[in-house]
Amino acid sequence: MTDATNQTQTYEAQMGDYFALMKPRVMQLVVFTALVGLLVAPVGVNPFIGFVAILCIAVGAGASGALNMWWDADIDAVMKRTAKRPIPSGAVQPGEALGIGLALSGFAIVLLFLATNALAAGLLAFTIFFYAVVYSMWLKRSTPQNIVIGGAAGAFPPMIGWAVATGSVSIESVLMFMLIFMWTPPHFWALALFVKSDYGDAGVPMLTETHGRTVTRKHIIAYCVPLVGVALWLGFTSIGGPFYLLVALALNIWFLKGCYDIWQRTDADSEADNHAVEKHTFKVSLYYLFGHFGALMVEALFRANGLTAWAGW
Amino acid sequence: MAIKVEHEIHGRRKGRNMGVGLLLLGMIGIVFGLTVVKVLGLTDIRQMEKFDHVARPQLEPGALEAAEQRAAEVAAEAEANQ
Repeated sequence: MTDATNQTQTYEAQMGDYFALMKPRVMQLVVFTALVGLLVAPVGVNPFIGFVAILCIAVGAGASGALNMWWDADIDAVMKRTAKRPIPSGAVQPGEALGIGLALSGFAIVLLFLATNALAAGLLAFTIFFYAVVYSMWLKRSTPQNIVIGGAAGAFPPMIGWAVATGSVSIESVLMFMLIFMWTPPHFWALALFVKSDYGDAGVPMLTETHGRTVTRKHIIAYCVPLVGVALWLGFTSIGGPFYLLVALALNIWFLKGCYDIWQRTDADSEADNHAVEKHTFKVSLYYLFGHFGALMVEALFRANGLTAWAGW
Repeated sequence: MAIKVEHEIHGRRKGRNMGVGLLLLGMIGIVFGLTVVKVLGLTDIRQMEKFDHVARPQLEPGALEAAEQRAAEVAAEAEANQ
């Protein structure tokens, strides 16, 4: 923090500007994974309470996004990709973003506690703290492993969804957490290999710039291999099943192949075909996560209708 | 003098004001809905009295049964004395 704290307000901020503070695209992933965590849990939840819980998780994620934008306003202003965000563009004042972030955090945590249970609310509070303080304020500017640890914040929503339903943490929810946690680094670094970023200008240490692209390629495969183990392990828990395992097997072979290809390539190969493999693997990584959580949801549907019995599961 | 004073800020902030209004309505809907769901989900309606911030010893576990037993004992004692 920052020169951007003295931004001049250039026009009247609209609701859309305040909404943009909450990083709506990130919220989509949060809502989807939290919903899956809630629906695959063995305990049923009243639909209205489930709706309020997902809303609270989404608002909590949005609040941490607003706090992140408040803290990172100085580097957002430097980078082309983020220069049009509400604070650097002058639409929203930093103080407003801070106020909105804190107020929505409090609102989401208290309401989640009243609607569900203390564990779910505590996990949400920890997630917001982790993203806003541990990631944004501490790790993002101090280590090239920033996105690895920061990825944990994005991995908590299914665990919170599960806690909403069951009031507990179990191996299933830990594995759902691990799936997103281990998936984030190869997903993000595949992107970093083909997008020309200006993190360096903003003073944010990214692995591609601090340790080079060859090391980044090795890191991608290093995270992908244990990720496969986590994804398949999930298939043998109470929320897994034959359908999930089939989908997981296909997706893991596909993603592992992409990560392996990235590892085997040199930067010269990559430049020669305009980063085709990196772009393809990044796209596969998106299918990978949505595919796994979608398969868990389908598996829960099968289980609810007694359709997994045919496979002797 | 006009009863309704118009100002350019009313038009400029119309979207924001509408948005805040909708959010407040949504908030009311959530609190109302949660209240309905929670109250209908109570297994024993006496649980509601836990939230009236008044000490209610009769809500302690087994209190009702103990009181009934004591009343029966008192009644039996009174009958024996007659």
